[in-house]
Amino acid sequence: MSFISESSQTRVPCYRVLEDDGDLISDCDFQQVSKEVAVKMYSNMVTLQIMDNIFYEAQRQGRISFYLTSAGEEAISIASAAALSEQDIILPQYREPGVLLWRGFTLQEFADQCFGNKADYGKGRQMPIHYGSKKHNFFTISSPIATQLPQAAGIAYSLKMDNKKACVVSYIGDGGTSEGDFHAGLNFAAVMEAPVIFFCRNNGWAISTNVSEQFRSDGIVVKGRAYGIRSIRVDGNDALAVYSAVSAAREMAINEQRPILIEALTYRVGHHSTSDDSTKYRQLDEIVYWKKARNPVNRFRNWVQNIGWWSERQETQLRNSVRKQLLEAIQMAEKTEKPPLSELFTDVYDHPPSNLEEQEKHLRETVTRHPKDYPSDISV
Amino acid sequence: RKGASVAVVRSDGRVNLNPKGRRAQQLISNAVATKSDSAAASSSSKPGYDSISDLEHELLLFEALQEGLEEEMERDLRVCVMGEDVGHYGGSYKVTKGLAKKFGDLRVLDTPIAENSFTGMGIGAAMTGLRPVVEGMNMGFLLLAFNQISNNCGMLHYTSGGQFTIPIVIRGPGGVGRQLGAEHSQRLESYFQSIPGIQMVACSTPYNAKGLMKAAIRSENPVILFEHVLLYNLKERIPDEDYICNLEQAEMVRPGEHVTILTYSRMRYHVMQAAKTLVNKGYDPEVIDIRSLKPFDLYTIGNSVKKTHRVLIVEECMRTGGIGASLIAAITENFNDYLDAPIMCLSSQDVPTPYAGTLEEVTVVQPAQIVTAVEQLCQ
Repeated sequence: MSFISESSQTRVPCYRVLEDDGDLISDCDFQQVSKEVAVKMYSNMVTLQIMDNIFYEAQRQGRISFYLTSAGEEAISIASAAALSEQDIILPQYREPGVLLWRGFTLQEFADQCFGNKADYGKGRQMPIHYGSKKHNFFTISSPIATQLPQAAGIAYSLKMDNKKACVVSYIGDGGTSEGDFHAGLNFAAVMEAPVIFFCRNNGWAISTNVSEQFRSDGIVVKGRAYGIRSIRVDGNDALAVYSAVSAAREMAINEQRPILIEALTYRVGHHSTSDDSTKYRQLDEIVYWKKARNPVNRFRNWVQNIGWWSERQETQLRNSVRKQLLEAIQMAEKTEKPPLSELFTDVYDHPPSNLEEQEKHLRETVTRHPKDYPSDISV
Repeated sequence: RKGASVAVVRSDGRVNLNPKGRRAQQLISNAVATKSDSAAASSSSKPGYDSISDLEHELLLFEALQEGLEEEMERDLRVCVMGEDVGHYGGSYKVTKGLAKKFGDLRVLDTPIAENSFTGMGIGAAMTGLRPVVEGMNMGFLLLAFNQISNNCGMLHYTSGGQFTIPIVIRGPGGVGRQLGAEHSQRLESYFQSIPGIQMVACSTPYNAKGLMKAAIRSENPVILFEHVLLYNLKERIPDEDYICNLEQAEMVRPGEHVTILTYSRMRYHVMQAAKTLVNKGYDPEVIDIRSLKPFDLYTIGNSVKKTHRVLIVEECMRTGGIGASLIAAITENFNDYLDAPIMCLSSQDVPTPYAGTLEEVTVVQPAQIVTAVEQLCQ
């Protein structure tokens, strides 16, 4: 009689392609990227970084009510998106706007959602950063954690029925893996042989809960085997490693019709959101270390610069241009009207039923009768 | 001691009067149903149809549900079924019997035991263009799927700005059965009625079961179809031709003049049984099976109230927070001027449904109570 130990002697190794300083690790197998893709990846990472900074500041100035940064995780969202095709369907958690950015969502579209104005595709109905865009195959973000995982299995099921050469990529954080939906989503995908890539961003923190308080396993990669799912652990701050792993995972998922689990190790440099001050529960020097010494954007820049695909001049130009565009986008979004009253009642059902029509009529009457008690910028 | 015994009508029309002590021998596995043989009987649920046997066929309610589902799966390749034991097993109540064999085990999918997850899965599939029919083995288990049903199913069409639709049907048996215990006797319509973005319907006859199933599948909105554990073996002749029932319409079961009795699902049969007694006593009740639990068909209900001026609601939900509670509010708000008496509502008590047969029986509204209530209302 022998018991399987609760943990193995060594931790599961982590796949990486670049050293911390951006040098290519010798004899490393990885998926080559073209100059075009590499430059696009790097520019997007910079854009994401600046976007996060400026929107965060906008929240601090009271111009938007809420924001969530992906600081420290730029390589994850951009590099994983770069390895996918436009037909692959994305089910995000909430810290992956980089995927949308890669797919062509404009800075104006981001700003419009954050300001909840009438140009927002969500028609002002969701909190900031809860993006959704059908044309980009990026499903609308829903706040409760891990609900997207069983839905991912459902979408993969739909792709299977239609025999499409595409997969589903669903993102989750380390904290989200504690939810029941994580267990069931993975189990379902395995049983149904569904082409889903479960991408776990293990960034060490779930608001104030450190991973040591979240689970006792060797991270998330070891959980894959429990469901019969092929898994890999990658360095989430290494853009080339993430790109290679997702490329390979996509091949397997589609050609072999199976789910894949990817655990990307990274660090949440920013606070959980604008409603959080993480210095309350973690050391400042820990944050600074990851922000400076282990920064994924710097690391990738060193690599693209060393091969001669990027220069200081381009860097300055890009940063200035993005900054300018963002400030303009924000100004425009701020000025744009909010959705009219009628949009309070549409899309609850396909056609508004009589009780909602009545409620809308009643509301209009009330607002018209007491204009001083209602915001002046609501168009009735 | 007439009040102490309960008239139990078998599905073949025989009536047994059971004094309390001898209940155990008379436990019936079939549903309570009335036979159309007297003036007090219900008009059949299909509007004005003559029984010409070559245009109709006879079947049981669960078979009607299956027929509706099968026809829709043939008609639209996007329709699929998912749930526990729905595949080769054919479903716990045989509603999906034979479907896996016919359409394959991908379109009729057996899922692991995780309600929140296969409901979530159904929602994901619906957002990508499929039309899933999710079966909860018992409605009570869908409490585990509440998060997906409320936050996602009901809301994603709205929060995505209309970009994603969720044409899902969630169905399953609920209500008080025969000694199934508290956890298997839930009335989920009470809990779900508040969720914006969903529609709820309750079937009660083979005719409307098939019609509502088909309409729910064809609807672009998420629809929750409530079936009842004790009604699956009801027998009726239904048309051969293709038909659907309107999801938002109530069903006029028995037109009358003296009092409007609003009910749905199994209680329809208790009401119709009470109606027999009431007619013998000289009353003329109007019985409406509301069918649409969200939204209410206030048009049909309103017209009835304007005619009779008295309302009795008979439901299986508990007193607090049930469909009856909402219906009272809606009628009072809209038709108060037409009422000659306060609305009466007969519901189950606010207790978990006990296992013991005798206790279970008194927790459900019985025909005798309905008769008394009408007599009181019409004083």
